[in-house]
Amino acid sequence: MSGGVAEARPDGDPAAPGRGSSMEEPEAKAEGKVSEAGAEEAAGGVLTYLAAISDGLREEMRRDPSVICFGEDIGAFGGAFKVTDGFAEEFGASRVIDAPLAENAIIGAAVGAAAEGLRPVCEMQFADFIACGFDQLVNVAAKLHYRQGVAVPMVVRLPSGGGFSGGPFHSQNPEAWFLQAPGLKVVAPAFADDAKGLLASAIRDPNPVCFLEHKGLYRNVKGEVPEGEHTVPLGEARVAREGGELTVIAYGSAVHLALEATQQLGEDVEVLDLRSLCPLDTEAILGSARKTGKVLVAHEATRSCGVGAEVAALVTEQAFEDLDAPLRRLTAPDVPIPFSPPLEQAVLPQLDDMKEAIDELLRY
Amino acid sequence: MKRSDGAVASAQVRERKRGNGAVHDLPRPNDAGGTGLLREDRANLLRFMAMMRAAEERGLTLYRQGKVPGSFYDGCGQEAISVGAAYALAPEDRMCILHRDLGAHFVRGVTPDRYLANYMGRSGGVTGGKDGNVHFGDRELGCIGMVSMLPDMALVAAGMAMAFKARGERRVAMTFFGEGSTANGQWHEAMNLAGVHRLPAVFVLENNQFAYSTPNHLEFAVDPIERARSYGFPGVNVDGNDVESVFEAARKAVDRAREGGGPTLIEAQTMRMHGHGAHDDMSYVPPEMFEEWSARDPIDRYEERLQAEHGFTAEEVASIRDEVKTYVDECAKKALDSPMPDPGEATEGVFADEWRPLGDGQAPWSRWSAPERRAA
Repeated sequence: MSGGVAEARPDGDPAAPGRGSSMEEPEAKAEGKVSEAGAEEAAGGVLTYLAAISDGLREEMRRDPSVICFGEDIGAFGGAFKVTDGFAEEFGASRVIDAPLAENAIIGAAVGAAAEGLRPVCEMQFADFIACGFDQLVNVAAKLHYRQGVAVPMVVRLPSGGGFSGGPFHSQNPEAWFLQAPGLKVVAPAFADDAKGLLASAIRDPNPVCFLEHKGLYRNVKGEVPEGEHTVPLGEARVAREGGELTVIAYGSAVHLALEATQQLGEDVEVLDLRSLCPLDTEAILGSARKTGKVLVAHEATRSCGVGAEVAALVTEQAFEDLDAPLRRLTAPDVPIPFSPPLEQAVLPQLDDMKEAIDELLRY
Repeated sequence: MKRSDGAVASAQVRERKRGNGAVHDLPRPNDAGGTGLLREDRANLLRFMAMMRAAEERGLTLYRQGKVPGSFYDGCGQEAISVGAAYALAPEDRMCILHRDLGAHFVRGVTPDRYLANYMGRSGGVTGGKDGNVHFGDRELGCIGMVSMLPDMALVAAGMAMAFKARGERRVAMTFFGEGSTANGQWHEAMNLAGVHRLPAVFVLENNQFAYSTPNHLEFAVDPIERARSYGFPGVNVDGNDVESVFEAARKAVDRAREGGGPTLIEAQTMRMHGHGAHDDMSYVPPEMFEEWSARDPIDRYEERLQAEHGFTAEEVASIRDEVKTYVDECAKKALDSPMPDPGEATEGVFADEWRPLGDGQAPWSRWSAPERRAA
């Protein structure tokens, strides 16, 4: 399952010893909870986050023949996480294109194809591997419109996040990397319906969009997803839970952590799901901060210069006098994501950490 | 660049469907024998090479006058490559042009004033001051401009070719790079991708002997042209200081790509006669190399050849150079008259509101030209 140029994959029988990696374990565990994302499931109704991404992608490919998928193992194999399962059969090899294990090739060729009118949806097998395609993303894709007026309508799907012993190269949350590259839009849905709707909007957007899909949500989050065409505008946050005493501003996996913590605590807490990190919904952030007067920013990504830092700066610059307490952050510390479960749990924000942070801030 | 009637009679008319469903007739010079170059084409080849030399000389002067921020980069001695290769393309083909390839911009239709204004950071430059020097590509002429990471555009060109192939269009993407780029992984990724998918791409490798100061023997153990075979497509070595040899190699490669035969790597041997940039004194180059390559100057050689083999008179050749010089002088004035950009524009244009198709370039080879020119 591991991929990217950094690791060679064994040839031959996929079931052969040595083929498996730690990545298969969480999937096997997850599959016990909810059903596998499959073509038959992807037609609206209650879907997993993973099936909703598949559904949104399939819907856009049906709607617009210029949408293509490009990535490693996405064709007959259906992708490492099976997002494109069945796509090769439906859309053919000319639209579901297996790429060599070369991330710059995936991103760079997508730039050229996008400039020429295709709408490539690139799959990084793991978000971590965008590092191997970073040059094309930040130097070519991000700057082309500013420099030359060439629009680059492409999406880079980035299976991100940890929590399953993926180790330092299969667990990262690289969103802050992209936020320092003007010209890239960045979205990170937390719910199944948003995953579908934001993906559709990302595909239709004329700019390069980094689409962070948290692997921990793939099969653990389910929800009602509108059938057929469904879009969610980029740049709009969503109030996941209304409250009046404190706001947790989060995205991705941290949204669920915040909702669970809030429910267990039974406190009057608002949870604002950013959904888009660029454009950032500053109005929603400031509105909620002013309303509750207490802000906790939470994300799984590391701390320094992360989204939390940006939100904190925004709130203190523009809503300082409405605050009743210093803004607080709950994030991973500035360390690589370790492999061993106790180490990883020590790094990634846990439910108890969230409860404690909310509780302390409420009592301030 | 008007078509001659005699040539039309021998032209093969080929149809090509484009993405928008429109069908263009694309007459093409006969390829029964020879290069298919007519007298007016040969005059054009000289004209574009002379224009590149004159515009770059003018740009260097502006740089020395302090009118060019940053540094100055040119392709002196390499004019035959960009001109000869670009001349083989059709309007609907696409290019990623690099920093020693100004002639290709001129062939596609960029005028020297826009080039010089770009160097000076003026609003009349191709990028309007957003990017400098030769980091530009005119989207209206079917070009995507380079970035400083020199092998990168090989992948972008491969991606354009991928789009052509996916839509079943008989179009070609061409790009350039120096031999220095072939050491970088992205170059290999591009060659491999193009080979695996048999993309309609033409890769023009300009071996100008040095990557900045690093000579060939410290750049690669195997001549990069030999690598083409390992990627599954042909590599062709040509004299990069002979514009018709470059054109002929490009013409065959473009035809091959257009017919579904896949990519070609053309290695054009040449010499960078100036420094990497104007700040580079080239102290690392043995003086005898300059002597050797000066004797092979592509413009001088072509002028001689036009007179010796193609019936041009000395006056005709001189008049082409004179016309170009006058034209570049006028363009320089225009560039200098162009205002600096409004500082307010610095924060504009980061994001696109819509995707718009790239335009078609000028393609003056005999009977090829952009649709609007054909209609005119």
